[in-house]
Amino acid sequence: MTGVFLGLPTAPRGVGHLRGDRSFPDAARDSLRDGQLRANLGHATATIRGKRAAVVGEVPDWAELREAGRAIKAATMARLDDHLVALEEQVTARGGTVHWARDANEANEIVTRLVQATGADEVVKVKSMATQEIGLNEALEAAGIAAHETDLAELIVQLGEDKPSHILVPAIHKNRAEIREIFLRTMPGVDPGLTDEPRKLAMAARAHLRERFLRARVAISGVNFAVAETGTLSVVESEGNGRMCLTLPQTLITVMGIEKVVPTFRDLEVFLQLLPRSSTGERMNPYTSLWTGVTPGDGPQEFHLVLVDNGRTAVLADDAGRSALHCIRCSACLNVCPVYERAGGHAYGSVYPGPIGAVLSPQLTGVEDNASLPYASSLCGACYDVCPVAIDIPSILVHLRGEHVEAQSRTTPEAVAFRALSTAMSNPRLWRLAQRAAGLGRFLARGRPTLPAVLPPPASKWTRTRDLPTPPKETFTQAWAREHGS
Amino acid sequence: MSAREEVLARIRTALGEDRAVVPEIVRDYRTTDERTHAQLLDVLTDRLEDYKATVLRCSPSEVAPTVRAALGTAMGEHSPADVVLAPGLPADWRPDGSVEDDGRPAVALADYAATVTGVSVAIAETGTLVLDGSPLCGRRALSLLPDCLVCVVEADQVVGGVPEGLARVDPTAPLTMISGPSATSDIELQRVEGVHGPRTLIVVLVH
Amino acid sequence: MKVALFATCLVDTMVPQVARATAALLERLGHEVVVPPGQSCCGQMHVNTGYRREAVPIVANHVRAFAGAEAIVAPSGSCVASIHHQQAAVARRAGEHGLADEAAALAGRTYELSQFLVDVLDVTDVGAYYPHRVTYHPTCHSLRLLRVGDRPLQLLRAVRGLDLVELPAADQCCGFGGTFAVKNAETSTAMLTDKMANVLSTHAEVCTAGDASCLMHIGGGLSRLRSGTRTVHLAEILASTEEAVSPDQSTRPAVSA
Repeated sequence: MTGVFLGLPTAPRGVGHLRGDRSFPDAARDSLRDGQLRANLGHATATIRGKRAAVVGEVPDWAELREAGRAIKAATMARLDDHLVALEEQVTARGGTVHWARDANEANEIVTRLVQATGADEVVKVKSMATQEIGLNEALEAAGIAAHETDLAELIVQLGEDKPSHILVPAIHKNRAEIREIFLRTMPGVDPGLTDEPRKLAMAARAHLRERFLRARVAISGVNFAVAETGTLSVVESEGNGRMCLTLPQTLITVMGIEKVVPTFRDLEVFLQLLPRSSTGERMNPYTSLWTGVTPGDGPQEFHLVLVDNGRTAVLADDAGRSALHCIRCSACLNVCPVYERAGGHAYGSVYPGPIGAVLSPQLTGVEDNASLPYASSLCGACYDVCPVAIDIPSILVHLRGEHVEAQSRTTPEAVAFRALSTAMSNPRLWRLAQRAAGLGRFLARGRPTLPAVLPPPASKWTRTRDLPTPPKETFTQAWAREHGS
Repeated sequence: MSAREEVLARIRTALGEDRAVVPEIVRDYRTTDERTHAQLLDVLTDRLEDYKATVLRCSPSEVAPTVRAALGTAMGEHSPADVVLAPGLPADWRPDGSVEDDGRPAVALADYAATVTGVSVAIAETGTLVLDGSPLCGRRALSLLPDCLVCVVEADQVVGGVPEGLARVDPTAPLTMISGPSATSDIELQRVEGVHGPRTLIVVLVH
Repeated sequence: MKVALFATCLVDTMVPQVARATAALLERLGHEVVVPPGQSCCGQMHVNTGYRREAVPIVANHVRAFAGAEAIVAPSGSCVASIHHQQAAVARRAGEHGLADEAAALAGRTYELSQFLVDVLDVTDVGAYYPHRVTYHPTCHSLRLLRVGDRPLQLLRAVRGLDLVELPAADQCCGFGGTFAVKNAETSTAMLTDKMANVLSTHAEVCTAGDASCLMHIGGGLSRLRSGTRTVHLAEILASTEEAVSPDQSTRPAVSA
């Protein structure tokens, strides 16, 4: 059953960053030719793949943790409404205020209103996929509020007026020399002698943001896990920018997709093992903050939690695609994906790139708004193998291809061909005829072992870069029948 | 209909009227550790050092001098008044001349060069210290703004894995899990220590 | 044992020597081979391209063609994986529960060649002779859906005269992916380029694998580059002996027997 069928709204158009302006093959055509991008991505993904493999390999109960993680997410989704109501109750009881947003527009309105109520004209932000998804920075800017990204990679993207291309490391497509250039060009008061040594670049970011942290009155964060039974929220990070935002300002506004809830505090013992090893390839990330409502004398004294749907309930309605909501945003699937590694994150057109993006974005927007994404995979299965919550991404991709095909109101040439082929393959007599017809292709080869490189489309899509063997005179089954007299 | 009612109604529509039973969660991952306590202390040390933290071991009677020596190594010549302490830090852990957090506005803690706190629990397997906002650990900003953080860990606070560690903390306390100094992997996925949080982490392990 | 050979649509139509080699190998090992004449395709290409409804009659044909077979062997990890993981599901989705049950039962008796040899027949030395430098590409569906593991390597290591060289980054996809190779031809080609670079770095004469489809992709690229390294299906290598090299085999040993 699909969300569309049940009338559940998908993420609205015209707001946020879930849709690209080009199809995946079109966008990939450009990125594939960008040698620097290819080199940067190849280097970075190879590095992280090695680190992940090492720290996952040393955990003797990884399979058990993975299965528990999968099961917790499945159990959560099965009673999502109950868990959200419990979360709201707990957060409220501990001094927080909970807001609900049907979609990106509503979430942006709520956050803008909350910031305006404080009188602040700027906010500091912890890296958050949800706020990128809904286009919060643009909405705040339109209201005259400056949003300062504080995660190093987000800062690089923001200063470079670029787009994020990876879930964990949005600036993965930039190398150290390019980052140095961006800092020199855009960072006020930066040391002109700045080198491209990563440590020096990190120090430049520290100096640039320090004063902003100390003067910030409002912070905006996302959330990795929200515990229903206790109202505990968590942010998993490395640099300390998250702690700065979660601790220093007077007001904290946290935006979370409704799927980020987990039922019990105990569930964190699973995810806090799965996430760091899968994402940065570390035994544990440097900082994890956990907070519940407001703590007098420690941290923000005003706390708002914004729960966002934005198409998630439509995903929930499709039991074949629902598990895409289990994603804990570790990025392991991006790092192992041969398509991501070569085409890069921008080709996906959504803030969620890579294999998980190819199943999540089309479901959040409705598959027709991201119709090329389910096909942006060779179905090699590497993503499923590394997913810490065992999301069967290849099967969802195949499912969404089916949804796309079945959503077509007009018959495409492809559909005509596949239907004809289906008819032939369902009937041995027709199939033999079809095989014989295919065998006639051998005359195009004029005796050579391969067909000509120039063939009409769609065959040209293959033959432009790869030879096709000349079909044999006789199929195997024909020859066998002839020789064995059946 | 309010947004709240509408989102909840959508979830109910999505899940359908005849809801499937909630799938069972099998937790047969490790929740205990067979290693001896001495081994766990070694694992904790190894993990912390892997994160580029410094680990100093001492006996219960040597905490204050060990903390003082650690601060000296990290900061060189410094005034004891630049060191701020968690308010519940035991008297015999305190280096002479250092000052207790007096509850000034959090951002003013940035004026200090170093902080000394205790911890709530330490997780050996992942090299993680958990601070819980109690007087022993101090408020969250205390272990964040000064550039050097010294955490005193008592041997009986060390557990094996994450499940044992989280079982020991109050879920509603303001918790900070610290695994090494502040770091980033945002440049070419290469880990670099020291960004916004303390660039130096020293752990004094008391046993 | 009486073995029903599922040639697969691609092998049957485009590279019949692979099915012939499979049959020759199994017969040499003392088994009776039958080739059910009604066979066509497992339906994988339809399912994976989104035509799951259209795949159902193909699945029905497959189930009809192989009804009653004791053991079914195919020289393709990908097709066997589809039989194991997709056939029953698409039938069930279409409401054809009887067909789904039959497909599931048939899947239980369907084996990829290397799994059949090692697990069912319990043989790793099939008595083959193949005096060439060979590198092995583990195809994605053999590796990750069927988990064939090192069975093909066990078989290759036992082949006399064969010089097996390790393929760097072997577990990376070659970029075939069925219709992916056409719908995302440029990304597919980029993946293929890296696979070919790794294959060529081994200085192997032959790149082998358990899937004719992936080999057609890798081989199509190597041939376009006039690289001289050719692709040969695992079945063809295992079927080769000193005594007899079938005239239908496209790849004769360089040193004649």
